[in-house]
Amino acid sequence: MSNDDLKSQPADPTRRKFLLTSGSGVAASLVVGYVPALARDAAGEVDLAPTAEGPNIEGAVPITLRINGREHSLRIDPRTTLLDCIRETVTLTGTKKGCDHGQCGACTVHVNGKRVLSCLNLALMHDGEEITTVEGLGTPDAMHPMQAAFLACDAYQCGYCTSGQIMSAVALLKEPCGTDDASVKELMSGNICRCGAYSNIVAAIQQVRKNV
Amino acid sequence: MHIFEFIRPTDPAAAIAAAAQSKTAQQGADVRFMGGGTTLIDLMKLNVETPDRVLDINRLSLDKIEDTADGGLKIGATVRNSDLANHPKVQKDYLVLSQAILNGASAQIRNMATVGGNLLQRTRCVYFRDTAMSCNKREPGSGCPAITGHNRTLAILGTSEHCIATNPSDMCVAMAALEATIHVQGSKGSRVVSFGDFHLLPGNTPHRETVLEPGDLITHVTLPPPVVGSKQLYLKLRDRASYEFALASAAVMLTIASGRITHARVALGGVGTKPWRSPEAETALAGKPANDATFRQAAEAALRNAKAQSENKFKIELARRCLTYALKMASMS
Repeated sequence: MSNDDLKSQPADPTRRKFLLTSGSGVAASLVVGYVPALARDAAGEVDLAPTAEGPNIEGAVPITLRINGREHSLRIDPRTTLLDCIRETVTLTGTKKGCDHGQCGACTVHVNGKRVLSCLNLALMHDGEEITTVEGLGTPDAMHPMQAAFLACDAYQCGYCTSGQIMSAVALLKEPCGTDDASVKELMSGNICRCGAYSNIVAAIQQVRKNV
Repeated sequence: MHIFEFIRPTDPAAAIAAAAQSKTAQQGADVRFMGGGTTLIDLMKLNVETPDRVLDINRLSLDKIEDTADGGLKIGATVRNSDLANHPKVQKDYLVLSQAILNGASAQIRNMATVGGNLLQRTRCVYFRDTAMSCNKREPGSGCPAITGHNRTLAILGTSEHCIATNPSDMCVAMAALEATIHVQGSKGSRVVSFGDFHLLPGNTPHRETVLEPGDLITHVTLPPPVVGSKQLYLKLRDRASYEFALASAAVMLTIASGRITHARVALGGVGTKPWRSPEAETALAGKPANDATFRQAAEAALRNAKAQSENKFKIELARRCLTYALKMASMS
């Protein structure tokens, strides 16, 4: 792809929006079919704004979730994990589903300022609590220092675990943790990176800790 | 996941009344209390746990850590593992408990997991977790394929011909050594259970893991007053350096005067079908000189009745060395 081609891309070429709007590709149709809560306008454009309500499911119960400072009044199946609610119902897809069994850390979010695994929580347990996802940390123009440090230190490869790593790392700043790399590694052990970007992740975290 | 009704009781009495309608408080319970969810939601996703009703007990104000009148500590059932491990009094007087908790799981899970839930943590035996397999713990009478199958990580102490599943908790190992007391409220009133009596050996009823009956709500745990001058250590050996269950672990408390052991408490983890207090090791230590020979003799005594399966013979010597080293490190601390 030439530089000119790159310039012709949409102004906000997020991977998700690209997949959702890229014509009749197999990946696009699979992804669209998988996301129940997305709404399309007349032109077929996907509305990525969080929906006010989830899908119309029998037995759904009402819940109010505060995510990134915004209240969402939802109706959800009681079985919905916090992770699935954030991704599928509220359509904030920065939080990732890895193992879905509390073994990888990709789904890490903050509840009342503390990091937790959203896959091992029911959304209903967090009615009224303060939830922060990676979307609530910063924006591309105004990144959280940890996001900027991950970028500066090249602390990722494929990027799938990155939002969980960053959410863990930000929470770690407020936890009891020794100054050495080994202490950081121990407290980050719940976040698996199959690309093996660990040394750069530790470097990014240490860079931020030195400046705090 | 099996569909369930989610209920948030307003007080312990309402929670107990609702849970008392369950046919059992053990495997197969149709009503479950939900604490952190770290074990229960995992097992519900696997259809190992299929409650019809889930009672969220997180807002019952059982989340306090308080001094007791006798100088001990009262720990509410929904206190998070991380809050307990980092509590100043726990770090000062009950260091073995802080170390055990911080050696378990990950920072995220420790922020979620509750003390009451950790007392009820379920085995990681792969046959228990897979509904396609037989398992006497999950389906009584169906058989135990672990005994002739994959049993490298499974128990060597307290096993029976029906079950060799390991209790995976780290916190419980320290609480066994600390001689904690578990406080339960039930539909017939309150009672206390000493830590050693709380978990059951599998015998021929491996689906019964604790003494809890329908409606029983663990409200708190108490620790006795700290032992003055006690040297404490939790040592955990595992397949990777962090975020892994124990192959063998040891919680030790030693009081030494003039080179002799005047008080010893020992419990093992990762090797037993329940958190494994070792009175044999404690007897071998009491009154003896605090040296390598004594420590090794205590470890020999602790593992004397160990029974290996096809893949886990190594755990017997691993546990001996784990305990020997833990005692040595504690004595030097």
